[in-house]
Amino acid sequence: MAWDRNQMAERAAQELEDGMYVNLGIGIPTLVANYVGDKDITLQSENGMLGMGPFPYEGEEDPDLINAGKQTITELARTSYFDSATSFGMIRGGKIAAAILGAMEVSENGDLANWMIPGKLVKGMGGAMDLVAGVGRVIVVMDHTNKAGESKVLKECTLPLTGKGVVDRIITNLGVLDVEHKGLHIVDLAPGVTREDMIAATEATII
Amino acid sequence: MSKIYANAADALDGVLFDGMLIAAGGFGLCGIPELLIDAIRDAGTKDLTVASNNAGVDDFGLGVLLQTKQVKKMMSSYVGENAEFMRQYLAGELELEFNPQGTLAERMRAGGAGIPGFYTKTGVGTVIAEGKEVKIFDGEEYILERGIFADLAIVKAWKADTTGNLIFRKTARNFNPPAAMCGKICIVEVEEIVEPGTLDPDGIHLPGVYVHRIVQGTHEKRIEKVTTRKREEA
Repeated sequence: MAWDRNQMAERAAQELEDGMYVNLGIGIPTLVANYVGDKDITLQSENGMLGMGPFPYEGEEDPDLINAGKQTITELARTSYFDSATSFGMIRGGKIAAAILGAMEVSENGDLANWMIPGKLVKGMGGAMDLVAGVGRVIVVMDHTNKAGESKVLKECTLPLTGKGVVDRIITNLGVLDVEHKGLHIVDLAPGVTREDMIAATEATII
Repeated sequence: MSKIYANAADALDGVLFDGMLIAAGGFGLCGIPELLIDAIRDAGTKDLTVASNNAGVDDFGLGVLLQTKQVKKMMSSYVGENAEFMRQYLAGELELEFNPQGTLAERMRAGGAGIPGFYTKTGVGTVIAEGKEVKIFDGEEYILERGIFADLAIVKAWKADTTGNLIFRKTARNFNPPAAMCGKICIVEVEEIVEPGTLDPDGIHLPGVYVHRIVQGTHEKRIEKVTTRKREEA
């Protein structure tokens, strides 16, 4: 039994330590906030906010208060606001301890691709290139394979890169992999997933 | 000399020309200069290059200038929520210079601060680095990015005093201060204009020196993605 989206998010939340300032990407990474428990975590939203709160109650949405995914959110007692240049100053300057991001592809040397498919899908990198270049630790959370069943954990990325050699840890529905010198090291396997299952589902080198 | 103008069209009088570079504040539909954008549409200025994180949605924000084909080139980090933007780009009708979001913000801030270029590690090893000067500092690779010096900055603030001191509200601040800084002329649209002395001098987000023209108006402030939680969950 592999992990579902929420279980992946729960596993990713274990990566966070008390006192951390963290940036969560769009998609499964956003769910990580539901599993931080008692840990004192401050969420950064790169459009200019530290101390991001939960979604507002219906009828209390504020058009001036959104997250980087353009969703309405709320503030907390600790919240601060700032402009985009200041926001990316703290990202580029290494003040944000970790970023948890989604991905289209990750390679065994830590290359990350998550912003475009040439000729097909053009989203833009948003703040992802700045995040992976600047934050202390980059954790990718994604499905292990694409809709066609092909591995998204590759020897080399085929899509345009978001960053080169930037990923530290990969959390997928099958388990947890660390990017090390000569390949990927299995840190954890989802319940019912064997080492052989992981190797079979992974194009990249498992060491 | 008064900085206050009666409406967005008056505030833009004499500053628009075909082929100009405009820096615009806003993130998604949050904190966008919606009145000035509509006035630029009505003015019909063409071949614009617009530096803005994204381009609104199809029918609101900068998206309206894409629909009217007034934009020749966008300098942006994200086009994901705007189908017309993506269509024009993939069809080759619109030039698009992708900028990482932090690089775009810093390029604006730098331009406003008189800095023509700076080195950053953002984008190293990606297509963003292609054609850019590389320099090694302390064993690490950085690329040269240029400051943006815009002909015009269009921004949205919450309140201005009549001298142009601005305060923004919550995450509607975003790109507005750096965009304002990098414009040779900066026009701001606000929800409220107050007398000098009303705003706390220690709480000014952007000093009036950066602001040349001010217009007050009513804003739609459309929400792109309404997300809520149920009260029972509280």
